[in-house]
Amino acid sequence: MTLDPTDRRIITATQSGLPLVPRPYAQIAAELGLDEDEVCTRMRALQSSGIIRRIAVAPNHYALGMTANGMSVWDVDDARVAELGQKIGDLDFVSHCYERPRALPDWPYNLFAMIHGTSREEVEALRAEVAAILGDACKGNDILYSTRILKKSGLRLRQQKG
Amino acid sequence: MTLDDTDRLILNTLQDGFPIVPNPYEEVAGQLGLTESDLIARLQAMKEARIITRFGPFFDAAAMGGAFCLCAMAVPEDVFDSVVEKVNACPEVAHNYERTHHLNMWFVLATESESEIAEVAARIEEETGYPVLLFPKLQEFFIRFRVAA
Repeated sequence: MTLDPTDRRIITATQSGLPLVPRPYAQIAAELGLDEDEVCTRMRALQSSGIIRRIAVAPNHYALGMTANGMSVWDVDDARVAELGQKIGDLDFVSHCYERPRALPDWPYNLFAMIHGTSREEVEALRAEVAAILGDACKGNDILYSTRILKKSGLRLRQQKG
Repeated sequence: MTLDDTDRLILNTLQDGFPIVPNPYEEVAGQLGLTESDLIARLQAMKEARIITRFGPFFDAAAMGGAFCLCAMAVPEDVFDSVVEKVNACPEVAHNYERTHHLNMWFVLATESESEIAEVAARIEEETGYPVLLFPKLQEFFIRFRVAA
C-alpha cells in the first residue's frame, strides 16, 4: 500500500502525539500549510482504511500498577488457531496476540499472547486461564519474562524526500 | 503525581478513542462533565508525569508500507553484552529485550520493505556469529486490552 504524500506528512506530524490545544487539527494544518477541514477529512479516511487504528491515550502500564508482563507462547493446532487466537485476543489482559511460524525443533509455539498483570503471580494465574480456554487444542506452552530492556527506540516513519 | 477519580475517568475513556472534529477536547469534556481547559490541563499534567506514554493517533505500521519482524537469538551469557552492542547498533532494530529462555534475546526489526528483513537478519548473523530466528506475524488478532486506571 502506497501512502499519498499529504497523508504521509500528516502521519509524520502526528507521530509524536496530538497537540494539547483547543483546535489540535487546525494546529497540525497550520504546520503543514493545509486547512483544518482537509486534515480532518484525511484523518477520518485514514481511520476508515485502518491506517489509523484509533486516536487514543496510551497509559503507562507501570505507573498504573501493571508492573508484570510475560510473553506467553502456545503450540496450538493449526486448524483451530484462527478461532482460538481471536478468543485469546478478546481477553482484557492480553495486549498483543499473533499467530507466528514455528521454528522446529527449537520452537514449537505458533501463538504469541502478551499477558499483563499487577504481579508475576497474577500473570501466572492469567496464563492458566488462557490454558483452560485452549484446552486440548494446545500441546504445550511456555512464558518468557523480560529481564532487561536492551533497546527501545519506538517505531517511526522516516521522513521521505519529495 | 496522585491520580484522582477525574484523571482515572479520563484515562479509561480516552483509551477507547478521540473524535476528529474541530473542537475535540470541548466535545469530550462535555461528555465527561468537565470544562475543555480542565481536560487539556489534566492531559498535560499526566503526560508530564509520564502517566500517559502517548496521546494521539496509533498507526498500523504495516499499512504505512513498512515491514516488521520479531526475531530471536540464543546468545551465551559470556558474550551477551558484546552481541547486544552489535545488534543494537543496527538502526533497523526498533526494540530489544532480554528474556527468560534459551532464546534469550528478542528484538523487532523495522524496515521500509519486506526484502530488507532477511538482509538485516543475515547481516546480524554475520556480525555476531549466532543464528537469528525470524517470527513474522502470520495473523494478528484484534485486541480488547485496556489498562484499568
